[in-house]
Amino acid sequence: MILFIIKRVLAGFALLFGVSTATFALVYSGGGDIAGQLLGGDAGPEAVAAKARQLGLDQPLMAQYWHWLTHAITGDLGVSWYSSQPVLPTILQRLSVTLSIVVVALLVVTLASVTIGIVAALRRGWIDRVLQTASVIGLALPSFWVGLVLVIVFAISLRWVPATGFVPFQESPARWFASIVLPVVALGLAAASATAQQVRSAVIGVLEQDYVRTLRARGLSGTRVLWGHVLRNAAPPGLTVLSLQFISMVGGAVIIERIFAINGMGSLAVDSTLKNDIPVVVGVMVVMTVVVVLINLAIDIVNGFINPKATVAS
Amino acid sequence: MTESTVLENASQTSLAGVARRGVIRRLLRDPLGIASTLLLALIALIAIFAPLIVWNDPGVSQLDKVNASPGGGFLLGGDSAGRDILSRLLVGARLTLLGGLVAAGVAAVVGVGFGLAAGYRGKWFDLVSGWVSDLVMVLPSIIVLVAMFTVTGPNAVLAMFVLGIMLAPSFFRLTRSLVIQVKRNLYVDAAKVSAISDLRIVGRHIFTVIRGPLVIHFVLITSVAIIIQSGLDFIGLGDPNVPTWGSMLQDAFRSLYLSSTAYIWPGLAIALTVASLLLLGNALRDALEDVERAPRAARKANWVAPVRSTAPTASDALLCVEDLVISYRNADGGLNRVVDGVSFEVRAGEVLGLVGESGSGKTQTALAILRLLPTGGHVAGGRIVLDGEDLAHRSQREMTSVRGRRIAYVPQEPMSNLDPTAKIGSQLTEPIRVKLGLPRREAKERALELLEQVNITNPQRVFDSYPHEISGGMAQRVLIAGAVSCDPDIIIADEPTTALDVTVQAEILDILRRLRTERNLAVLLVTHNFGVVADLCDRVVVMQTGQIVEEGVVGRIFAEPRHPYTRALMSAMLTGRPSRRERSLQEAVQ
Repeated sequence: MILFIIKRVLAGFALLFGVSTATFALVYSGGGDIAGQLLGGDAGPEAVAAKARQLGLDQPLMAQYWHWLTHAITGDLGVSWYSSQPVLPTILQRLSVTLSIVVVALLVVTLASVTIGIVAALRRGWIDRVLQTASVIGLALPSFWVGLVLVIVFAISLRWVPATGFVPFQESPARWFASIVLPVVALGLAAASATAQQVRSAVIGVLEQDYVRTLRARGLSGTRVLWGHVLRNAAPPGLTVLSLQFISMVGGAVIIERIFAINGMGSLAVDSTLKNDIPVVVGVMVVMTVVVVLINLAIDIVNGFINPKATVAS
Repeated sequence: MTESTVLENASQTSLAGVARRGVIRRLLRDPLGIASTLLLALIALIAIFAPLIVWNDPGVSQLDKVNASPGGGFLLGGDSAGRDILSRLLVGARLTLLGGLVAAGVAAVVGVGFGLAAGYRGKWFDLVSGWVSDLVMVLPSIIVLVAMFTVTGPNAVLAMFVLGIMLAPSFFRLTRSLVIQVKRNLYVDAAKVSAISDLRIVGRHIFTVIRGPLVIHFVLITSVAIIIQSGLDFIGLGDPNVPTWGSMLQDAFRSLYLSSTAYIWPGLAIALTVASLLLLGNALRDALEDVERAPRAARKANWVAPVRSTAPTASDALLCVEDLVISYRNADGGLNRVVDGVSFEVRAGEVLGLVGESGSGKTQTALAILRLLPTGGHVAGGRIVLDGEDLAHRSQREMTSVRGRRIAYVPQEPMSNLDPTAKIGSQLTEPIRVKLGLPRREAKERALELLEQVNITNPQRVFDSYPHEISGGMAQRVLIAGAVSCDPDIIIADEPTTALDVTVQAEILDILRRLRTERNLAVLLVTHNFGVVADLCDRVVVMQTGQIVEEGVVGRIFAEPRHPYTRALMSAMLTGRPSRRERSLQEAVQ
């Protein structure tokens, strides 16, 4: 188990290194152009050269990367070219906003999809058909459109919740809740549809296993076999789907934050991209990768506890 | 490998050939399949001919039409720049669909290419590409695309190219696992033996078999790409000069408080397109699975009248099966009889062999007695009388009290019949605690005792092991211990030795023999092996294509098999090494 975790952590570091290198190489390869773009079209060549020198862009790419990497290891991801704020604290502050929405969405998605998926797998029949239809609809409606419709109906027409903005939990739990309800629904609808489907097929897959029949043949009731054996065996694929959904919801938050004017990770990523604020762009990628690695590690460890064979197989 | 398995594989291959033609037909018989195909065709036609259809230039602004309501030549109103929403909607289909197709196309080419190579070649290439694919897979593609915007700029096609690479791992994994499945098939070996080049094997033999699932995946990935691309356009990272549904939504969003309906249409267009793609994918999947599940033509037996040596005497029978009929519901809603009018009985303490080749209905009969037939199968007629009580129409809840305590079950394949996530100990003690109401500690003692009785030398170690930590022979002993753990009257053993090594087989049979004498157990032994019959059984029932063809005591059957099918089964057995008792029986006959 320990060895398994160590392997996973090492793989995580490899991913982090790969992603940061690739991102860095791609976005910094603009060279002197970047300085020109930063200053705008009117800047003379000398001003551009000075700017490039100031930002270290005149150095060879490898040297820039080495400089960045040695600082990044100590947690220093540089400063924003626009606000001159250090990158990491800015990102972490924004990340907490995004995560507070995504984590709540994940909880809702998990509860809804696991319940619906299990019921559909056990009952089949009309419940199953309703789920199939609902999940096609849920997947087909783009989350940002759902967000727009929700804003129009619940914020603009009914005025039940504010249309935009985010209130931190510490400030007022009630207003925090009101501010995240719509984003959570918009984010979670597609994820819940997809996950319920996956949970359903995972449960059906386990129900068809030989050992389920053998356990039944020993005289254990269907309910007992379900709670004691089927769900534990269906959990690993379910958890994997949930981790993928988590990651895709973090991505989806980029768009949802736009609709609800929430200053999270996503708006930071989009704004810094549009402004060519490269240290922030690279920083966002690095932090996102860390988040992804941590989620996957957590899922792997849980899976390892549920199914001891998994730790041997990989 | 026997000739019959080769033939069976060959028939499956040709069946797959028929299947492909069948898929389209089945797709067009499915209403959702037709509807989604037609809708997609319509959307595609609109996308192709949009510039010829539109009557207002989608790029030209009319100041009096800014955020206008529908009417006055603008059927769906005007956007925030006074452009015709309907025209933009039709033209917007072009780049939206193109983007989806580019991304899915790149993903398919990269993913399938690497997947074929990794699955076919294996070794280091498989390892490395699998690793890279895992790395790419975990990154949220939208964030990567946002970051890449500094490199790609507002170039939709280039961005979709990047998205294609981000989506390639799903194709890679699908292709790889399909190739590995197909590679196990015999005809690929046959092709290898006949020295056909790898490229031709992959192209002709492997790709043709796996393309069905890949087409479905392509359809689904296209829908994913369309949603992601629209999302990018929506947050303003698209090409501002060419309308797409995403950028139209962005425009509608910016004037959300001014224009009441502009946000509806692009969203509907995306939802309709994506829903059609998803439904088409589902319909294709159903059509493919349907063809694969298509019932084989019912095998016609050369029907010869069954031969009975003893008339059934119901008085001393423990289990009495009368006129049992088992049917399966197939995809067309019709019924398929797999067991048709089977009657036999098992007396207390007796071992009855239920013999036949695979497909004869013997396992179905065994599972029907336990009332644990797979989905779709049910007892369609007859009675299953255990000690005077008919089980055929009991509810599952009522059966729960019969199973384990009255009837127990020893399965064929030991490893797949143990829950891989639970320790052997807990799997053994759970039924003991539930059925016999013993406290945890006594249940453990009993389980350890049982393990000892099935010749396990270190019961404590096995008790604490997970199934993957013990051997197949050990697992079969555990399953036998589990079967007798609640003192049943009869055990149904379904090919209990088939999956095991020859040396282990003999020992398992010994254990069964001993348990039977010690506990006066009745055993219904399902097998295709007359050697096992000779070793253990008192009487035999021979089944062929769902019916009983011969029945009698073992000595008589071996001495003078009357039915040609019985003789055929026995001659198949006699080519192998006869068992101890078999030899003595043969000697007795001579």
